[in-house]
Amino acid sequence: MKSWLTTTDHKRIGLLYFWTAFIFFLVGGLEAVIIRAQLIKPDGGLGVSAETFNQLFTMHGTTMVFLALMPLSAAFFNFIIPLQIGARDVAFPRLNAFSYWVFLLGGLFINASFIAGPLFGADRLSVAPDAGWFGYANLTSRQFSPGPNVDFWLLGLQILGIASLAAGFNFIVTILNMRAPGMRMLRLPPFTWMTLITQFLVITAFPVITVALVLLMFDRFFGTHFFVPQGGGDPILWQHLFWMFGHPEVYILILPAMGIVSEVLPTFSRKPLFGYTVVVYSGVVIAFLGWSVWSHHMFSSGLGPIADSVFAGTTMLIAIPTGVKIFNWIGTLWGGQLRFTTSMLFALGFIAMFIIGGLSGVSHASAPSDLQQTDTYYVVAHIHYVLFGGTILGLFAGMYYWWPKMTGRMLSEGLGKTHFWLTMIGMNLAFFPMHFSGLLGMPRRIYTYSSGLGVTTFNQVSTVGAFLIGLATLVFFYNLVRTRWRPITASNNPWEGATLEWAIPSPPPVYNFTIIPTVANRLPLWHTERHAPMDPLPLQPPAPIHVPGGSWWPMITAFGLPIMAIGAISRTLPVVLIGALVVIVGIYRWAFEPFEM
Amino acid sequence: MPLVLAAVLLLLSACSGAGAGHFPQSTLAPRSDFSADLHSLYKDVFWWAVGVFVIVETLLLVAIARFRARAGAATPKPIHGHTVLEIGWTLAPALILVFIAVPTMRTIFATAGTAPEGALRVQVIGHQWWWEYRYPTLNISAYNELHVPVGTPIAIEMTSADVIHSFWVPRLGGKRDLIQGRTNRIAFKADSTGEYWGQCAEFCGASHANMRLRVIVQDDTVFQRWVDRQRAAPATPAKGSQEETGQQIFRRSACIGCHTITGIAQGKVGPELSHVGSRGTIAGALFPNTTESLHRWIMNAPSLKPGALMPPQNLQGADLDAVVAYLQSLK
Repeated sequence: MKSWLTTTDHKRIGLLYFWTAFIFFLVGGLEAVIIRAQLIKPDGGLGVSAETFNQLFTMHGTTMVFLALMPLSAAFFNFIIPLQIGARDVAFPRLNAFSYWVFLLGGLFINASFIAGPLFGADRLSVAPDAGWFGYANLTSRQFSPGPNVDFWLLGLQILGIASLAAGFNFIVTILNMRAPGMRMLRLPPFTWMTLITQFLVITAFPVITVALVLLMFDRFFGTHFFVPQGGGDPILWQHLFWMFGHPEVYILILPAMGIVSEVLPTFSRKPLFGYTVVVYSGVVIAFLGWSVWSHHMFSSGLGPIADSVFAGTTMLIAIPTGVKIFNWIGTLWGGQLRFTTSMLFALGFIAMFIIGGLSGVSHASAPSDLQQTDTYYVVAHIHYVLFGGTILGLFAGMYYWWPKMTGRMLSEGLGKTHFWLTMIGMNLAFFPMHFSGLLGMPRRIYTYSSGLGVTTFNQVSTVGAFLIGLATLVFFYNLVRTRWRPITASNNPWEGATLEWAIPSPPPVYNFTIIPTVANRLPLWHTERHAPMDPLPLQPPAPIHVPGGSWWPMITAFGLPIMAIGAISRTLPVVLIGALVVIVGIYRWAFEPFEM
Repeated sequence: MPLVLAAVLLLLSACSGAGAGHFPQSTLAPRSDFSADLHSLYKDVFWWAVGVFVIVETLLLVAIARFRARAGAATPKPIHGHTVLEIGWTLAPALILVFIAVPTMRTIFATAGTAPEGALRVQVIGHQWWWEYRYPTLNISAYNELHVPVGTPIAIEMTSADVIHSFWVPRLGGKRDLIQGRTNRIAFKADSTGEYWGQCAEFCGASHANMRLRVIVQDDTVFQRWVDRQRAAPATPAKGSQEETGQQIFRRSACIGCHTITGIAQGKVGPELSHVGSRGTIAGALFPNTTESLHRWIMNAPSLKPGALMPPQNLQGADLDAVVAYLQSLK
């Protein structure tokens, strides 16, 4: 127990990220299922109140983006990246532990709002965030949201932002500085490359939302008027700041999944990734363009025809590098020897589903066309084909692919394939009809709709699909826990992968590599026409390997942040100061902690 | 995959069949120049997308079917890439995007909200959670139900009294946000008479789902008759009638704090009621304007529309009947 609380081992932190994020994923999924149940009937639905519904969809979005998808990717960054680049750990192991604890505590803080009602003299289920995951001003002002709901949201996101930023810097330094000899940049595995690009987006995008949240905090706590029109502020400023973060955030969510798919497809096609450099550079181009498209979320806000044209144009450009990636993946399959493992099925599902989200995205890029679709269920369909059909299917591919490496145990392929087909059928039943609901005039974020709209049937099909996804996820959960009761031991390289993580035992020893390998090419474990596979590593380290010990200080420092947030939300300055003191003392002791333990 | 294809076919049939009364809020059955422009652009994008979809999914399926691993087969040739192919599949999507970008830009400027000379001006003001319409040239106002003449260009200027809302009547045009301190514009010319549904499209708090509206497009003469009625003083109830009792109760109840009836009350918080009896719906186009709905609404508005500012009224029996009769008489 203590060894887990104080751990600085990237592999243990990876597992902690995985299980924490997976539980939040189940919570976000439960919220989605309640949302869909309510919408099975028009004109009042199953009786979920407007206030509860607004909290559910706000928390569903917030949870899935910040507490499930980003940290599930982070679980793989933590576990896999040091192994892929031939390192013993990340660059800053204690900072890594700090990121995890901040993420966990931020997630708990924001979810505590579900039960905190009585502390604020209100009912349960009345003080959770309820202004949408995008928190548009001026609905979030004290005047229109007087309760603690928005405070929970903005303080929670501030805490989570610190976790993301710390991890972002850590992984950039790790990937740039900790590579094994011979691991040149253009020999990095594609997942590592996409992670590197993602982390550059994290460290540039999160400061923007941090600034926006600080301004909002000032408006709400100290009576400033950054976003309040009566005071000379501008609610549109919030939209610009939020989407300047929010659009790069979309690529923060999808690029790691693209990286996973770029690992899985070559392994199970027994062919190198087609156009490796093009796939890498198209990732870089996507990231750059991702910074120039934010206003396409705001076409209905009246930016004027010039701005609309510019942002329509830049948004369309993103389709090009994305298309290039898809063609290269198909190029990878072409002429290969395809093995349809569960991991491969999810990677193929990613291509098949992501393309639908990409294509509906073009109708949003076309600004006037978007005026009929934005804020409708058509967008809900679009984002779910991108984030579920893309990110989540990609993450599932990664889970089946790397689970043996992470735990030393194989997942059941039979249960895996059941999981895959239920997920595919469920997601298409849930999300495809949403295109029609939207085109027929159903706005999003509504707790009920008129039977007169004629969209009841589409909503019923969506609800059935959502329940199927829920069932599929339970099958997956069972598959995960089953590996504890009925272990099937995994070999070093069960899939015949080509990258360094497959050169070492599953699960890897605490020091990862008995000797740091020297890398001579992109596919060190494969025999190709140009080279033979690298020599196996010795089974025992030739000399003792120093591994840093654990530390309490990252966790203690992390605890200071939610204490400050609790002080802020209850308007008690002394508690804020205590939290700040915990952070300062924690960092001080951390900085002077003896290096050898 | 077959599921997706079947669904696409369903979309096509929806495109052609989504006309008439079944889908009063459909984006696929335009009834104005503005919405027709948007719809034709969407159709362009849609068919390009279908083309790309079919090509990519076919390639994927062919690869899956042809390159299944076979026992004993040799390790595949390790192809690392192909420069000509890379250039080809970079240029092809770029070319398709040109065909989408050009009509997009053209439509952006065509639908930028500039109305021709002589358009009828309407100011739309969003409130949590109802709509106020002012006709500055006609000197009248309307609430939740917007009346416009057919075939006349309408210039809409919009703003909000509180949070951001979005005015959206799909069959007449795209949505545009209502923002406090700003004025946004759209313009359209309805091409056929009828009643078109709309609702707020930007999340605006508790009753966002209940902020609905109607646009009633009328022939010139019918529209003119409606304008004349709105301009007239509110109906005066006959001496000793139930309506007159209702008027007296209204006068001494909380109603006057929030509602205006010309000559009777001057409240500004809720919608004006001078001609409430002439409307087809109440409460943000949420309920039909019937005796029963009015009863329920006056007794407990927040239970019907969460967050509504109108508190439950302490009116019962004959008093309530009288107030409802009075409101209904305000044609």
